[in-house]
Amino acid sequence: MDLQIALLLGQDGIVNGAIYGLMALALVLVFSVTRVIFIPQGEFVAFGALTMAMMQGGRIPATLWLLVGMAAVVLVVEAVRFQRGSPVNWFATAVWCLVLPAFAAALVLGLRPTSLGMQAITTLLLITPMGPLLYRLAFRPLADATVLMLLIVSVALHGVLVGLGLLFFGAEGSRTPPFSEARFDLGGIPVSGQSLVVLGVTLALVMLLFLFFGRSMVGKALRATAINRVGARLMGIPTELSGDVSFALAALIGAISGLLIAPLTTVYYDTGFLIGLKGFVAAIVGGLASYPMALAGALIVGQLEAFASFWASAYKEVLVFTLIVPVLWWRSLSSRHVEDEE
Amino acid sequence: MNAPLKTDMAVGTQDAGTSRGIVTRTQLTLAAVALLALCWGFLPDFTVVMLCYIGLYAIVAAGLVMLTGVGGMTSFGQAAFVGTGAYATAWICTAPASVQALSGIVGMAGLPWVGLALGLVITFAVASGLGSVTLKLSGHYLPLCTIAWGLSLYYLFGNMQFLGGQTGISGVPPLVVAGFSLASPRAIGVLIWAVLLVSLWLLHNLLDSREGRAIRALKGGRVMAESMGVDTARYRIKLFVLAALLAALSGWLYAHLQRFVSPTPFNLNIGIEYLFMAVVGGAGHLWGAVLGATLITLLKEKLQDVLPSLLGTSGNFEVIVFGLLMVFVLQRFADGLWPTLQGMSDRWLRREAPRAVRQATALAQRTLPAPGTLLLQARHVTKRFGGLIANNNVSMEVKAGEVHALIGPNGAGKSTFFNMISGVDDATEGEVRLMDQPMLRSPSRAFARLGLARTFQHVRLLGQRSVVENVALGAHQRAQRGWIASMLRLDRAEEAALLAEARRQIERCGLGAHADAPAASLALGQQRIVEIARALAGQPAVLLLDEPAAGLRHLEKKALADLLRQLRAEGLGILVVEHDMEFVMNLADRITVLEFGTVIAEGTPAQVQNNQRVLDAYLGGSDDDLPAATGPATAAAAATTPQGATA
Repeated sequence: MDLQIALLLGQDGIVNGAIYGLMALALVLVFSVTRVIFIPQGEFVAFGALTMAMMQGGRIPATLWLLVGMAAVVLVVEAVRFQRGSPVNWFATAVWCLVLPAFAAALVLGLRPTSLGMQAITTLLLITPMGPLLYRLAFRPLADATVLMLLIVSVALHGVLVGLGLLFFGAEGSRTPPFSEARFDLGGIPVSGQSLVVLGVTLALVMLLFLFFGRSMVGKALRATAINRVGARLMGIPTELSGDVSFALAALIGAISGLLIAPLTTVYYDTGFLIGLKGFVAAIVGGLASYPMALAGALIVGQLEAFASFWASAYKEVLVFTLIVPVLWWRSLSSRHVEDEE
Repeated sequence: MNAPLKTDMAVGTQDAGTSRGIVTRTQLTLAAVALLALCWGFLPDFTVVMLCYIGLYAIVAAGLVMLTGVGGMTSFGQAAFVGTGAYATAWICTAPASVQALSGIVGMAGLPWVGLALGLVITFAVASGLGSVTLKLSGHYLPLCTIAWGLSLYYLFGNMQFLGGQTGISGVPPLVVAGFSLASPRAIGVLIWAVLLVSLWLLHNLLDSREGRAIRALKGGRVMAESMGVDTARYRIKLFVLAALLAALSGWLYAHLQRFVSPTPFNLNIGIEYLFMAVVGGAGHLWGAVLGATLITLLKEKLQDVLPSLLGTSGNFEVIVFGLLMVFVLQRFADGLWPTLQGMSDRWLRREAPRAVRQATALAQRTLPAPGTLLLQARHVTKRFGGLIANNNVSMEVKAGEVHALIGPNGAGKSTFFNMISGVDDATEGEVRLMDQPMLRSPSRAFARLGLARTFQHVRLLGQRSVVENVALGAHQRAQRGWIASMLRLDRAEEAALLAEARRQIERCGLGAHADAPAASLALGQQRIVEIARALAGQPAVLLLDEPAAGLRHLEKKALADLLRQLRAEGLGILVVEHDMEFVMNLADRITVLEFGTVIAEGTPAQVQNNQRVLDAYLGGSDDDLPAATGPATAAAAATTPQGATA
């Protein structure tokens, strides 16, 4: 291997690492706020990418029907809860179940967007509300369950979503045109515009999240919930709000990642799972708690994968996933006493 | 963990006394097994094949039941362990190199047994490796690790040319047992079901023993289990390895049933399906594994017929239904379907007659130190959490034959101190000595071994288990029979001694009437007494009680005080954290008062009651004691007092 190849691989690793970093951020966010280890995070990536691809193929993305179906079920569930005397936040419910799906439906069925930008926005509108809807259907009834129980539900949901993905998008993969066709030459290394788009969007998202958590009231409420769930609830931060918002952000981040990665690689209905899991390996580097460490982990995962694909391409996935073992070993060095589960 | 324990009425109806049925549960089980055995020769071929698969899956699911429902862990990678077992024997039996090297020694018929051994050894190594990497971390890291392992192994199988890559290995020979070839499903099915039933019997025995109680305690929070002297990390690894070995065993049988192995049946999705079986069937019940395996296998068969034609395309769509089913079961029947069935059948089943008590062996006895001996000593203990000093230079000691009370307003640092002298947490500075041994950085179980027993401020009992089982857990380290002995029921004499000791302590604490009731069905105050009985079952020299009188009624408090006096007379050293002043003042020999993490007074009850600083701390003090100060300083002093007054 010469320097040129090393630089190329490094560039690959950074771009993929950026996507894994986004995954890791979403996973840390969801886990710290709701204790859900969100295995289906990667499915949002596949759904985002394939929804976009379907629209570009001139078809109506089947995710629309999924969204409408989920929204209808959630409305029924909320009505039943209301009947039984549980407090229901109708405003938030209306946003997730009516307003956003209506917008998305209007865009898909009415406007039939043709520009890349509008298609991307439509995709985000279709995927983002699925986060809070999933939360309300699957996780909210189990808000007091153990982390382990929530993890099992999460894995079950992953199964459901992958199955639905196969049903909606079929077994063939898709690729979408890049957001930027530009090509640069950086000291003899070709750099594609799409790579720069990936990096730029990732950095912008990280900055936005940073501002969101540092400045906005909702962001601070989420942080408070992550630090002390009961305390936050006593201070009047509804559990429901934190669940809704963190899952919406996770879905949004997932869909954006899908849009970013679809021009770089062929996305199949089950591609998201592997992407999400690599995000997990990164998030575990940060102990499922630290955002900066998770991002650092994502870069390591990206680089490891890139170089592994050069030296031992058949064992690329094996190497990436077994990275989790030394990482966990390293983390266990720092904890001496047994931890008590919640 | 700190939430009040829920009462599970389905479990709590043991005293109902409605034993109208004709058969007991054991008899019914035996009858079902006998029926299956009688029918086996006449069942249609297809049914036999299905039963073979159900048996194979149930073996794996039984391991997951132990792991998930009993031990509070889980694994998504069991399919990979099944694969390890299957590939090990397939390779040994077919690879020219191994056949050449081994057939001369063990003969062709012996090869599968070498394969079994290899599969079990590899599985043992991998499972203990994965277990030990994650053992100190929170419970969710192990399952995450198993996802990675499940995926990695699938890719490894698919890429290793000597294992046939994606095409796999064909031509695996059938098993030959004592000259009989188990080539047909009907023949090997007998072996599969024999293995399953024997495994269930062994696991059932394991759960019904001292070791089983320790395994169940893992789910009740590791701090509690450690305080009972259970090495939770070791038990977790052992349990994980046990589940993995069962999976590998199932894989070995699978390879010789199918006579062909390829990577697909061992991928992560199948690993998840195994977990579905355990959870849907009832993750806390061994027979739930069989129920779950049956349901999921039959359902999968049906769905694979129906769904593709319904949806118009072919594909792995049953996972949608399984996933939804799983979410539904977890939301509505968190314990799975088996307990529901069990609850329904209770009405017409006769209760098991209690077994005849065998001759009990003697448990390990501790000779208590002479009264006045220094038992527990904390010297200049300081604990910082970041910038917050929870304990500042605290020193105190507990001697044999005295009751020492630790009091102080809320937030004074009593619980932190309690954690440091029981091994739950480490002091930042200072020294803790127990039985004259330095205990710096020792785990709770080392404290327990030296004779320290404790109760918890927030009750930590296994709510669904009976009081006697909870208390017997306290005597864990007075016996030593291990897992194998428990599985083979070689521990019965020791077990009888443990249960007898537990009943003795329950009687002594005045809860004899509730000994067989589920712990969660007792009132909170009584649950605290159960914790004391559990601590006493360990025959401690030092007893740490965290707010034992909270939630007790007047007469119960009096009974508790009498019990503690009696224990003191026997020579125990007792440290009590308590808010009830009347209780403390009438009982304690010495009292230490903490405020804001610092010792503000120490002495006999009379001395402490007359100490001005104590009065200030508890009664809100008066500004008269403060040096005459103007405006802001007085206001600040006034602002600090209400905190003390809330005690």
